Amino acid sequence: MSTVWDKKDLLGLENLSKDEIGLILATAESFKEVSSREIKKVPALRGRTVVNLFYEPSTRTRVSFEVAAKRLSADVINIATETSSVKKGETLIDTGKNIQALKADIIVMRHNYSGAAAMLARALEISVVNAGDGWHEHPTQALLDIFTLKEKLGRIQGLNVAIVGDIAHSRVARSNIWGLTKLGAKVTVCAPPMLIPVAIEEMGVNVSHDIDDVLKDADAVNVLRMQFERDGGQAFPEQLEYFKNFGITKERLSKLKKDIIIMHPGPLNRGIEISSEVADGKHSVILEQVTNGIAVRMAVLFLVAQGQDKSKKYETAD
Amino acid sequence: MRLLIKGGRVIDPANNLDIIADILAQDSKISRIAKNIRAEADKVIDAKGMIVMPGIIDMHVHLREPGREDKETVATATKAALKGGITTVLAMPNTYPAIDSPENIESLKRIIKKSACANVLIAAAITKGRLGKELTDIQACKQHGASAITDDGASVDSGVLFAGALKKAKAGKLLVICHSEDKKISNNGVVNQGLISTRLGLRGIPRASEYKRVQRDIDLAKKTGARVHIAHLSCKESVDIIAAAKKKGIQVTAETAPHYFALTEDALLDYDTNMKMNPPLRSQQDLEAIKQGLKNGIIDVIASDHAPHTENEKDIEFDRAEFGVIGLETELAAGITELIDAGLLSWLELAGKMCLNPARILEINKGTLSAGADADITVISPDKGWQVEKSGFVSKSRNSPFLGRKLKGVVEYTIYEGRIAYKA
Ligand SMILES: [Zn+2]
Ligand SMILES: [Zn+2]
Repeated sequence: MSTVWDKKDLLGLENLSKDEIGLILATAESFKEVSSREIKKVPALRGRTVVNLFYEPSTRTRVSFEVAAKRLSADVINIATETSSVKKGETLIDTGKNIQALKADIIVMRHNYSGAAAMLARALEISVVNAGDGWHEHPTQALLDIFTLKEKLGRIQGLNVAIVGDIAHSRVARSNIWGLTKLGAKVTVCAPPMLIPVAIEEMGVNVSHDIDDVLKDADAVNVLRMQFERDGGQAFPEQLEYFKNFGITKERLSKLKKDIIIMHPGPLNRGIEISSEVADGKHSVILEQVTNGIAVRMAVLFLVAQGQDKSKKYETAD
Repeated sequence: MRLLIKGGRVIDPANNLDIIADILAQDSKISRIAKNIRAEADKVIDAKGMIVMPGIIDMHVHLREPGREDKETVATATKAALKGGITTVLAMPNTYPAIDSPENIESLKRIIKKSACANVLIAAAITKGRLGKELTDIQACKQHGASAITDDGASVDSGVLFAGALKKAKAGKLLVICHSEDKKISNNGVVNQGLISTRLGLRGIPRASEYKRVQRDIDLAKKTGARVHIAHLSCKESVDIIAAAKKKGIQVTAETAPHYFALTEDALLDYDTNMKMNPPLRSQQDLEAIKQGLKNGIIDVIASDHAPHTENEKDIEFDRAEFGVIGLETELAAGITELIDAGLLSWLELAGKMCLNPARILEINKGTLSAGADADITVISPDKGWQVEKSGFVSKSRNSPFLGRKLKGVVEYTIYEGRIAYKA
């Protein structure tokens, strides 16, 4: 591939080209093999420091990034900060500048506010990898979803992919929409009307409120985690009602005339958005997603470190 | 003191005047306009190639004093105003404490007397503490010099209470300025609701939060006969509602701010908090409707809604950043660049929106160059370009949505009460 990675950050998939996404996926493919070795380590980021800065608790994503960084031989520091402490004391930019002053190379950040990663990236010279910002984007999750799909079905172009669940408040949905549509998949989002954000069709997706209709044509379904506690639970349908109307169950899948892949970003709410039978069944690639997450995150860390070197060289050459 | 401004292009919408002429000001009043005035003067300004128009009256300004002098003071805001060609500002009452009593008006008047370098008019709050619960003593506020009442930053949600305020305002012949927003519909949104809010993953503010309240405010104005002025129109529907009301002869005037005719929500795509204000930047379609509203006279006034905030309050996560942008030093240039240069408004029309109409709405002897009017005059180099930069601001705050943009039009002199109060 002739594409060169020259970005110091990975903030989302909206601003990546098809080729840049392809480059991440290709790089991930070569890193995937590392995890199958007896000694699961390459020296690609030896001597570099990766800081996991998490303003929201997320053991899964944090651990995945930590494993990825360690398999690249980077040093890893984990900082977990209470969201409530954001209100008082040090600002995000100050925290970032402090981490930069410690000579860390990459900040992997999870934040509860949309746009936080972009803001931090603008303020710093070191790399920022967005590990989820508010409702905005969660690019590495979408990349590992796409990587898994491609591994299973051999292509993305022309696939019918459904995303089911709380689209309005989902960063996973947004990143998947950008990534999948750029690579030529047809994307349908499916949820009760109140969970579909305004003008989402203009992002190039179909909207449906009928899960059975959507499943008929889908090659794959990405089932989002439902969080009924959000907004005090006011605007949300009853959990059982949701499971009845939108839950991915064995009964629903048994009616289908073709094969289908079931994905889920985790953690699972068994019996709410997905039944246990499906989660553990033959259609499910949920654990493969977890495995592929390491390779994808290794690729991202590796590329942004390269991108940072490039932007530095560019500056000195100027 | 006699001041002679020679050879400029004189723009005076009150007299439908657009001619090359001289202006003589004697003491604090305009003496006369004529070609080749031969008179002894203490000071002569050569205004060849320049625009000479009435001092701008910005009827929507947040001075922040008292209470938030870290953002802005009467002294710094009026200095910034003069640099922007503005000689009169109307101070919004959402200070700490709010300007909601004769005592607080008097103490603000003392600050103004001590430190203002331009004319400052005072708007008093409609309700005590701007809390929307209990009316202020509207009559007493008027007697102590309030030029208008408003709870700007909020709307009085209770229709009954607001109607009561309108009746008192009508009886006291006081203007009511409406920040027309139904906060229940805004639902803690931070940007316009639409594709952009969805892409950014930010909570959207529907247009309905504005136009439904504009409609209510106009309905109550009609019912009570009070004179209302709708602040900061941002969306097409609001313009349509004002147009319909004016057609019916309801006493209503309307205002917009430069950011609503110069910028759209697309400016938010990298989460720039200097693009965060309330109401929010809307779509291209709304921007076009605002421009058309200015063109066809539905929107009477351009005002800045100058809302200074410290960098600490803006340099944070988008959701947490304060709403509001500064505008005193850029509004004239934004008008020249986006409206005159674009061929939408003539100089006479722009001076109407920024000088004459606000003066008429506020019932002051300004906004015109007629003989006998206050000698507040702005002299402008209309073709000079400049780049908006943080370091260039006189205002204490830097939260401008025009940072980095190239604008046209530089204020060369601002004359306040017959004296040169600012010189470039
Ligand atoms: Zn307002
Ligand atoms: Zn305001």
